[in-house]
Amino acid sequence: MSDNLHLAIPLYAQVINLLAAILLLLSFAMLAQRRILSLINLFMAQGMVLFASTAVVAAATDQHHLYWSALITLVLKVFLLPWILHRLIRRLNVKWDVETLINIPTTMMIGLVLVIFSFNLALPISELAGTITRSTLGIAMAAVMLAFLMMITRSKAVPQVIGFLAMENGLFFAATSATYGMPMVVELGIALDVLVGMVILGVFFFQIREQFDSLDIRHMEKLKDD
Amino acid sequence: MEFLLVLGIPLAGGIALAIFGHRTRAAEINSAFSLLTLVAAISLTLRIVEHGPQLLFDEQIFVDPLNVFLVALTAFVGFTTSLFSRPYMRIEHDHGRLSANRLRLYHSMFQLFTFTMLLALTTNNMGILWVAMEAATLTTVLLVSLYRTAASLEAAWKYFILCGVGIAQALFGTILLYFAAEKVLGHDVALLWTHLDAVKEQLEPTVLSLAFVFLLVGYGTKVGLVPLHNWLPDAHAEGPTPVSAVLSGLLLNVALYAVVRCKVLADGALHSNLAGLLMMGFGLLSVVVASFFLSRQRDIKRLFGYSSIEHMGIVTFAFGMGGPVASFAGLLHMTVHSLTKSAIFFAVGHAAQKCGSQMIEQIRGLIKQSPTIGWGLMLGTLAILGMPPFGVFASEFLILTTAMKQQPWATPILLISLGVAFAAIFGKVQPMVFGEPTAKRLPHKPAMLPVFLHLGLVLMLGLWIPPYLAEWYRQAAKLIG
Repeated sequence: MSDNLHLAIPLYAQVINLLAAILLLLSFAMLAQRRILSLINLFMAQGMVLFASTAVVAAATDQHHLYWSALITLVLKVFLLPWILHRLIRRLNVKWDVETLINIPTTMMIGLVLVIFSFNLALPISELAGTITRSTLGIAMAAVMLAFLMMITRSKAVPQVIGFLAMENGLFFAATSATYGMPMVVELGIALDVLVGMVILGVFFFQIREQFDSLDIRHMEKLKDD
Repeated sequence: MEFLLVLGIPLAGGIALAIFGHRTRAAEINSAFSLLTLVAAISLTLRIVEHGPQLLFDEQIFVDPLNVFLVALTAFVGFTTSLFSRPYMRIEHDHGRLSANRLRLYHSMFQLFTFTMLLALTTNNMGILWVAMEAATLTTVLLVSLYRTAASLEAAWKYFILCGVGIAQALFGTILLYFAAEKVLGHDVALLWTHLDAVKEQLEPTVLSLAFVFLLVGYGTKVGLVPLHNWLPDAHAEGPTPVSAVLSGLLLNVALYAVVRCKVLADGALHSNLAGLLMMGFGLLSVVVASFFLSRQRDIKRLFGYSSIEHMGIVTFAFGMGGPVASFAGLLHMTVHSLTKSAIFFAVGHAAQKCGSQMIEQIRGLIKQSPTIGWGLMLGTLAILGMPPFGVFASEFLILTTAMKQQPWATPILLISLGVAFAAIFGKVQPMVFGEPTAKRLPHKPAMLPVFLHLGLVLMLGLWIPPYLAEWYRQAAKLIG
């Protein structure tokens, strides 16, 4: 009986579940990663997974606008943003230093707790979802939470931003997996915001470095209420 | 037509000033664009008052009494701020704190910031609302760090990261909202507010309650609600003063407007008062925390930044209570707070320039050196502290009396906080205005007209609300429920 049930899941759904699992794995890998270059590559891999999953959902549900958002994902998250990030770290000459505020094993443990929490949070919503991809909503939420955790535990500016972008990846995955993607105009707007945000941050990194001779945001703890 | 101009003028201004913004006349061009926006906004307002709510551009744009009132307010404060920033930025330039290129960035971003706020107010699409709110953050990040000092960079970084994280929560809320709506409305119109409003009773309550929590936390970060308020005092203190004025006077309102739109939907779907309770809780917490932080401030702009958190808390609380009187009072308070707080920032900006410091202890005896700035600051402070006959008194009085009837438990908390805030702010501003002078002359004449214009309006709203304005508030309050 359980075998039959297993077979009843269509191939598309299985592929999407597989991709969702990879996405979660990549989120954990980013959490554990100490080198900035590898972090960017992991971010790029996440972009690839997003592109693949969006394309598969598009094919499975025959939603044409999803092909466009898959294309935007490919251009923006696999090519453009990693390229900007690579250029930035080359120009800023920061390669090796990802320092964490909490040590990595502890961070991973917190991450596990977050995943369990997100799965529980997503459970009642997933049951309502009529989409073929509904079981992935919990994973999307977990990816958002893990990226958030990464932002909190990293002390350098560049990893924080990668955490921020990874969070956006998780949100995008939530949008495709629960609802087959947002309307086109909204997705374009979001993509534009992310891109402009990245460019502004690039400018900003140079300002920070010029001022502090480092991208360590621990220098930036002067503003306190006393 | 008016509508196209309302959005088109600031957008065109942003592009034009990106090219010409370093010229000597850029400040006047900036004011001219803001004035044109104001004219367009007024004619749009008149049309809405006459013909009622309008849907434009394939239902993507929706203008009703609630948002058109904020459009008019935004355009008005945008214009007066541009008047103030003309001498203010010139003086900063003469003091060598800003280069011509920075001024170009400032002028261009000022217009684009106005554009994003007007877009956020008028869009009918909850997704575009999100996009515009995020764009409003992006346009102001580089303005907060305009001086490129260590402190301003830190403030801008905090602003970007905290608001970015906040706005990501709001995006998740929007996705959940779409998820709930798409079942009822189908793909095409599921994010259009007017359609959502029509079917709000049929939206799935579990999803909507979760969505509202995310949206409240997300947009609440931009409103400056405690505990997500940390960016606000820093961004207000370290950015140029015109930016502080528009952040406090306008951006917070626009973010709160987004929360209110979401609350209307959540109220319809939930059949419970969850949204109202959450807003009351966050609002009250903000009022309490902000008033107790006030007495610890040494920087005058930080002081008024915290005061903005306090007042936004009051408005959030009022909207949370709901009902025609509380919503009316909330809208009135939004208006008078915008006008008063931006007037205070104008006066504070010039006072800080005169004394060469933003530190409260170094600003002394304004009234002897320059009576207009001194009186402007004093009257503004009295107004924001809720002294009669200013408009803030009227709105706070309405909110407090409604609270006594509907939520009696909250009244003592509000009253004590308002008392603490009064003592803290008045105690700090009094020696700044009176006391022994430390100020010096400014190279350009300060712009005091906007200050007294704003305070005059606030005074008028305290004594007499014009009937058409009252009617307009009443209609808007009815929409909020």
